[in-house]
Amino acid sequence: MNATAPACPSGLSPPSASSVAQDPTTFVLMKDGVKSLDLVIKGASCGGCLSKVENGVSRLPGVRVARLNLSTARLRVEWEGQLKPRAIVEAIAGLGYGVTAFDPGKIDAEGVRAERRLLTALAVAGVGTAAVMFLSEPLWFGSDLPDEARNVLRWLSAAVALPVTLVSGRPFFLSAISSIRRRRLNMDVPVSLAVILALALSLYETITGGRHAFFDAAVMLLFFLLIGRVLDARLRRRAYAAANELASLQTATATRLGPNGRAEAVRAADIRPGDMLLVAAGERLVVDAEVVSGESEADLRLVTGEVEPAPTHAGRTLHAGAVSLSAPIRVRALAAANDSLMADIARLLEAGEQKKSSYRRLADKAAELYVPQVHATAALGFVGWLIFGASAAQAAYVAVTVLIITCPCALALAAPLVQVVAAGKLFREGIYLSSGDALERLAAVDHVVLDKTGTLTLGDPVLHNMSETARGALDKAAKLARTSHHPFSRALVKVAGAGPVAEDVRELPGRGVTGMIGGLSARLGSASFVGAQAGGGSEIWFAMDGAPPVVFYFDDAIRPDAVETIAKLKAMGMEVELLSGDGEERVARAATAADIVQWRAGVTPQAKARRIMQLEADGKKILMVGDGLNDAGALAGAHASIAPGGAVDVSRLASDCVFSGDSLRAIAQVVAIARTARIRMRENFALASLYNVVVIPVALAGWVTPLIAAIAMSASSAVVTLNALRLTAPRPSGKRGVT
Amino acid sequence: MNAFIFMLPAAIGLALAGLAALSWAMKSGQFDDPKGAAARILDETDHPS
Repeated sequence: MNATAPACPSGLSPPSASSVAQDPTTFVLMKDGVKSLDLVIKGASCGGCLSKVENGVSRLPGVRVARLNLSTARLRVEWEGQLKPRAIVEAIAGLGYGVTAFDPGKIDAEGVRAERRLLTALAVAGVGTAAVMFLSEPLWFGSDLPDEARNVLRWLSAAVALPVTLVSGRPFFLSAISSIRRRRLNMDVPVSLAVILALALSLYETITGGRHAFFDAAVMLLFFLLIGRVLDARLRRRAYAAANELASLQTATATRLGPNGRAEAVRAADIRPGDMLLVAAGERLVVDAEVVSGESEADLRLVTGEVEPAPTHAGRTLHAGAVSLSAPIRVRALAAANDSLMADIARLLEAGEQKKSSYRRLADKAAELYVPQVHATAALGFVGWLIFGASAAQAAYVAVTVLIITCPCALALAAPLVQVVAAGKLFREGIYLSSGDALERLAAVDHVVLDKTGTLTLGDPVLHNMSETARGALDKAAKLARTSHHPFSRALVKVAGAGPVAEDVRELPGRGVTGMIGGLSARLGSASFVGAQAGGGSEIWFAMDGAPPVVFYFDDAIRPDAVETIAKLKAMGMEVELLSGDGEERVARAATAADIVQWRAGVTPQAKARRIMQLEADGKKILMVGDGLNDAGALAGAHASIAPGGAVDVSRLASDCVFSGDSLRAIAQVVAIARTARIRMRENFALASLYNVVVIPVALAGWVTPLIAAIAMSASSAVVTLNALRLTAPRPSGKRGVT
Repeated sequence: MNAFIFMLPAAIGLALAGLAALSWAMKSGQFDDPKGAAARILDETDHPS
């Protein structure tokens, strides 16, 4: 119904999105008489937008602070007095920007804190590494240094390295401990062991006046690893925030009717079972509810995938996500927003989550191979040197140097770095990954299962027989259609454009709209409503006094690049299958249009999840793509899953990855990048192993000095980093044909 | 040896100063809105806040 988004309202650059304003009253915070509100501004992208929004809001009476953060697109407004929050939203919308209330509860506070902690650890490790390095330099190169000076330098190094390790090593030590508790090995176990043993050996050498101390190696190892961790945490938080922002465009508020009949806007999260809610025409239900009064039609596209609206009447249960179309209805909430889910789907989600948490990542597999081997080698070295007559201290030195130099630096960076680079690349394409191991699972898929409504198709019906219809009839029908929220009416208006509305309009739920056009009565609705013979299919009829009825046919249009994407997926060696809850005829038509051979119609949510399980049992790795409540179980159960940005909350959360925009191309893109990333990860593991094969004999021979350790560690880390960065370069196949 | 007495504390002090500067910048919100800061510098109107 909305016209296309306007150009950047400041005129400097194009906007990114448009949205609908809602009443933000429930999000206002009050402190010392100052009210404050956080809003997400859509479309603000440049300095012009910034000053326009800030000045526009500052002019409102009582506003003390209006500050727009351009990086997060968040506007903070603080004001005193009687200014209505609605007026602020309207002022911004009047400037041409999309605006939604921002629920501070949606901030990923845990993610922000974790990133801060890692960043502090990184800063400490960085400064510590620099300090220990310049203390170590004379030790590496100053062969004529007096022993006294060596001792001072070593003690100073120890004084820096020990506290630094305590602070910077914490994330690794904690992770290692929890991994050992679960009787599993992750990369943090050998990392922690190497750091602690290196420090212990160095302290021993310093106290006894021995040859070498490895304080620099220990701190540098932490520094390198922390770089990878920080990048990873930052990207994950940004992806989470971006995916959340997509969600914030959806209904988060509802209208609750108090016992005295007064209506108030409440947050979805505050709705309790038993609350009476008023659902306006065109509004989306945020909780499961039972209709109390009012006749309307419900748009169930997000719930069951059916395009045809279903009639609703008192007593009918509607699930969250349903949209009341033709008339306001009163409903009684059956569950709170967080529990609003069919019990079966909730069970399916849980099962899927369990399955995914038991997934063993490539890095963990590598750790499980690597740790026993390296530790056995170190032990062998220790025993070997003892047998050949070395002292226990000498033998221990060799064993510890083996652990330090084979330090899993490169190995521990091998996977995370590739994931960070790949996720960053996807992020720039508007594709938000939920976790690093999602990439590995996405790389393995060989069978794609698509949902129809809202996934393969845009979800909105489009007028299909426009060429056969008289323009005059369309214009007149649009006068009635503009008053209705019915998807077919909206599709008509999309073609006809903005314009006048008929007089005396009444909407009869489940049947159609009547009104007066130029003194003649007109009807728009079902075949029986206008007195015509139903053709069977997605159609509405329009009739005016004294003229034969005109029919409009509608189609659920497939996304513009669906055909191309499906062809690409097939070319990548994947089977493509369509599973839809919609009627057979429409599914068949969409399948033909998109060139999909395998399809099933009328599939229930449970059957979707069952089908996925059955395919997985056959040894296939499924990529599920879906957006509706009915897809949530299947999304959670599949090996990997993707949801479009418009998906319901549950489905988005059940997915590994969310893409924004109308283009299906994202699916092929994600898989392609995931596959390249997997190749890079394997290369990195190979490089790290190769490095170990070279350095282990050197360490076993007892030739490792702190300088050699420092060089070897930095070099191996640099090699895997550079290899990971190759992902950002355009692929060679993409270069072909371009000169 | 004598040089150590001056050099080392000076060097470590510099490093700590760098660390302190970074933590100040983080806490005072210098990295909160890099895009906005870049745009604001070109904005002619005076914002008191």
